[in-house]
Amino acid sequence: MLTVEVDKKLGDFTVSARFESASGVTALFGPSGSGKTSIINMIAGLMTPDRGRIAIDGEPLFDSAAGVAVPAHRRRIACVFQDGRLFPHLSVAHNLDYGRWMSGLPRDEAQFKHVIELLDIAPLLKRRPGALSGGEHQRVALGRALLMKPRLLLLDEPLASLDAARKREILPYFMRLRDDTKLPMVYVSHDAAEVKMLANRVVMLDEGSVAITGGVELL
Amino acid sequence: MLGLSAQEWTAVALSLRVATVATAVSLPFGIALAWLLARKDFYGKTLLNAVIYLPLVLPPVVTGYLLLIAFGRRGIFGEALANIGIVFSFRWTGAALACGIMAFPLLVGAIRLSIEAVDRRFEDAAATLGANKAWTVATVTLPLALPGIIAGAVLAFARALGEFGATITFVSNIPGETQTISAAIYTLTQVPGGDAQALKLVVIAVAISLVALIASEWLGRRAGARVHGV
Repeated sequence: MLTVEVDKKLGDFTVSARFESASGVTALFGPSGSGKTSIINMIAGLMTPDRGRIAIDGEPLFDSAAGVAVPAHRRRIACVFQDGRLFPHLSVAHNLDYGRWMSGLPRDEAQFKHVIELLDIAPLLKRRPGALSGGEHQRVALGRALLMKPRLLLLDEPLASLDAARKREILPYFMRLRDDTKLPMVYVSHDAAEVKMLANRVVMLDEGSVAITGGVELL
Repeated sequence: MLGLSAQEWTAVALSLRVATVATAVSLPFGIALAWLLARKDFYGKTLLNAVIYLPLVLPPVVTGYLLLIAFGRRGIFGEALANIGIVFSFRWTGAALACGIMAFPLLVGAIRLSIEAVDRRFEDAAATLGANKAWTVATVTLPLALPGIIAGAVLAFARALGEFGATITFVSNIPGETQTISAAIYTLTQVPGGDAQALKLVVIAVAISLVALIASEWLGRRAGARVHGV
């Protein structure tokens, strides 16, 4: 269970969001400029809220009243960004291993094999990110996030930079992932069709605040 | 060989040693300071920046004189360092210190620019994957800044190779100990008929500098290709 209650002033724009998300896929849905990415960055620990509280299963990651602010690298929250952000100087295999190394986890052959198969990225392992297509890039980024064994997966418009054909190519991988794992996910998107296919809960954002929450029938 | 005397070959070898040691020793400090200037805001940053760039704008003889006051045998730090066995004055190590300091602004400048050019979103990604600050710098920031680090190191090496004013002021011009190529050329031009001999050293200095610049270009391109992920 993820609990988010944050306020953050960004210039003359204010993000002020309160929502909870249980298991499954929660979509943060709203037009661009509605504060979705800021909220994701606050959950990940890449942006500090002015005040509020963020907790996973009751464990506070940020609590302005109690003076708690767990740094991003100790939150164990993985992110797949819109631009993928694979490290360009590392091979695909090393990118996939990066989170495991940095989190000090032992090598898990079974999981590695499973993720490689789930995302069909075995033929890409020796390549460098510069030699990947947009869709391949995002699949590897998703694999890298899964292999650090996070307790929450944040997906920040992971399909937004892809064309329609690539989206159709990648969406099934996300659906397989959703059905394959119990990992809770927060999926940011401004695309209603995408959200309908993937999410089981929707948090609608407008001008930095939560307008309404509910099921996908809201869309 | 090549019509150079043993003493002149010694000067060439000494120049290479002085420039290599100066670059190698100053590189870690240069990287640390460049990172600090590129990524951190702190009290006194402007002053630190100015102090690092000072050797670039001061007359070299002034830098040499200040080194003499600080690290000379009876200098402010020189005396204490001599007690623990580190002596700079009139030694080749002093030449390396002078060259390192004269080259330092170029080293820091090039590395700082390349660190500033590293996309911080990669650093954010590393943090979400569990990398703390130090690991992020070591595994993401510095590898991505590598072309600039190479360029900075070669620039510093070339600058150290050509250093003259601060070195001769600080450690004089002692054949076999502190007489680098530049100092040897200077000495030769001071004796009647020495300029023919000086020309040979000049050719060697030009050749070493050219090789360094071509090597830097080649290394930089290789590192650049790595960084851009193809």
